[in-house]
Amino acid sequence: MMSLSTIITILAVFGALQGLAAFLVYVERKVCAFMQNRIGPNRVGPAGLLQVLADGLKFVMKEEFVPRYADKLLFIVAPAIGMVAAMLSFAVVPFGPTDNPADADYLANYQFIVARNIDIGILFIFAVSSLTVYGIILGGWASNNKYSLLGGLRSSAQIISYEIPLGLSILGVVLICGSLNLERIIWRQAEGGLFAWNIWVQPLAFILFMVSAFAECNRLPFDLPETEQELVGGYHTEYNGMKLAFFFLGEYVHMVTTSFLMVILFFGGWHFPVIAGPDSWVVFKLIVFIVKMSLFIIFYMLVRWTIPRFRFDQLMALAWKVFIPMALANLVCVMIVKEFGLPIWLLLPVSLGILFAAGLVVTQPAKRSPRYQAPLGNASGEALLPQ
Amino acid sequence: MMPIAESEVRWVKPPTLGLLDRLYLPAIAQGLGTTIKHVFQPKVTQQFPEERPDLPANYRGLHRLNRDADGRVKCVACYMCSTACPARCIDIVAAPSPWPDREKYPEMFVIDELRCIYCGMCEQACPCDAIELTSMFDLTGLSREEMMFDKEKLLSVFDQSVAMGKDPVRTRAGALSCASEPNV
Repeated sequence: MMSLSTIITILAVFGALQGLAAFLVYVERKVCAFMQNRIGPNRVGPAGLLQVLADGLKFVMKEEFVPRYADKLLFIVAPAIGMVAAMLSFAVVPFGPTDNPADADYLANYQFIVARNIDIGILFIFAVSSLTVYGIILGGWASNNKYSLLGGLRSSAQIISYEIPLGLSILGVVLICGSLNLERIIWRQAEGGLFAWNIWVQPLAFILFMVSAFAECNRLPFDLPETEQELVGGYHTEYNGMKLAFFFLGEYVHMVTTSFLMVILFFGGWHFPVIAGPDSWVVFKLIVFIVKMSLFIIFYMLVRWTIPRFRFDQLMALAWKVFIPMALANLVCVMIVKEFGLPIWLLLPVSLGILFAAGLVVTQPAKRSPRYQAPLGNASGEALLPQ
Repeated sequence: MMPIAESEVRWVKPPTLGLLDRLYLPAIAQGLGTTIKHVFQPKVTQQFPEERPDLPANYRGLHRLNRDADGRVKCVACYMCSTACPARCIDIVAAPSPWPDREKYPEMFVIDELRCIYCGMCEQACPCDAIELTSMFDLTGLSREEMMFDKEKLLSVFDQSVAMGKDPVRTRAGALSCASEPNV
């Protein structure tokens, strides 16, 4: 009985995720068009909704082309790795209401999650979703194309760098909730009400997590692996048809997963005051959860058409010089509060304090070496460049 | 010798970033505000085949050969347009006019619309305003031969464009111009 419902859930999630990922391409184009005062796809079907089918059909009908000097096996396997890893990490993410995992009949009742009550939930997501980088770097290498290889290299450097702030930033949440289990984290916030949402005590962690998630998904402003202008598409330069679609599918599934994670970790999962409490009807909870998740996806798209791309050294500096120290400081503060039993609301001013302190540090004039000479100066010998 | 005096040189420094600027978050929020504002602005998209663009009166589209008041071709076959044409796409064969009011008329007048660069110099060169560019821009054809517009076709473009009301007869020259009227 239970295994049957699990199988149905797996199939439903598998289908829904792929459909959603294809639909997101349409949403992306629509959002882009609206932000540029355009209408966007509107020719295929009502309001262009069948564009999704048309795009999919185009991908399927295309010739499956493999470059002559490409490593054929890896070339074909790489997109599959990317997509499978992205899909697999969704296994422990609750996509709808879940009960209190401490209840005795938790496993007997239906829960909106594929693998329920996994105590290493977050760890599993990070372990599996980092595997997507293999898809990208193998695809880049197997193409036997310098642009693709550069894209793959950039991607591996970027994703490995951003894994660290991504993991460090949510350690605070994990410490506060005392669990890596995503259902427990949701339940703790749902029980406590609106002000138990982790965003109130970990706003800095949320910003760090969100920006790192953008980088993990290769979304703008961190889409350096696939820069069209400099790398002609980066790791997927040589890809077309269904294999290219797999890369995109993986990317969009990753977006959906991280959007769910942001809602679960910081915004109380399916909980919303008045509308969806622990005793509310399942449908309300489901709607609240999906709406919250969709808002984050829309936000992903808004940011894409707002912020220009980072330079590669800026990208690395942001991860190593800014995010990791900030995440560490945040983690230390959470540990101090937990260890000495201080009131937890202290973390709100502390988080903002860390953010402003970081701003203060970078506004301090950098010390030049005594041998440094201003490249150009005016009559009074003042340097032109900011000191 | 310096080109300008030192005192006239104005040195400009990039503005230094303050604390809020260095946090970048206010600037990002401002940028998001700008892009979100555009979502609610009127759309500029034109649904082309259904919705036709409103072209200005001096748009340089397809050619037409004007008719005079009697419905005859106004051209007097003076070759000035084909001489002025930088793309050399106008081919005229002149013949003695069958009408008493002018000496010559074009027996054949062919414009290669594929070769034309739509510069409008034929229109400028014409002494009797016989050739004009209309606002028709979406001409298509299935073969090169089809895109060689001969006299009849160019005259039909005139009828069509006048009927459309978009391109009124713009000529201010007389019934026929001084080029063909020996007495003027």
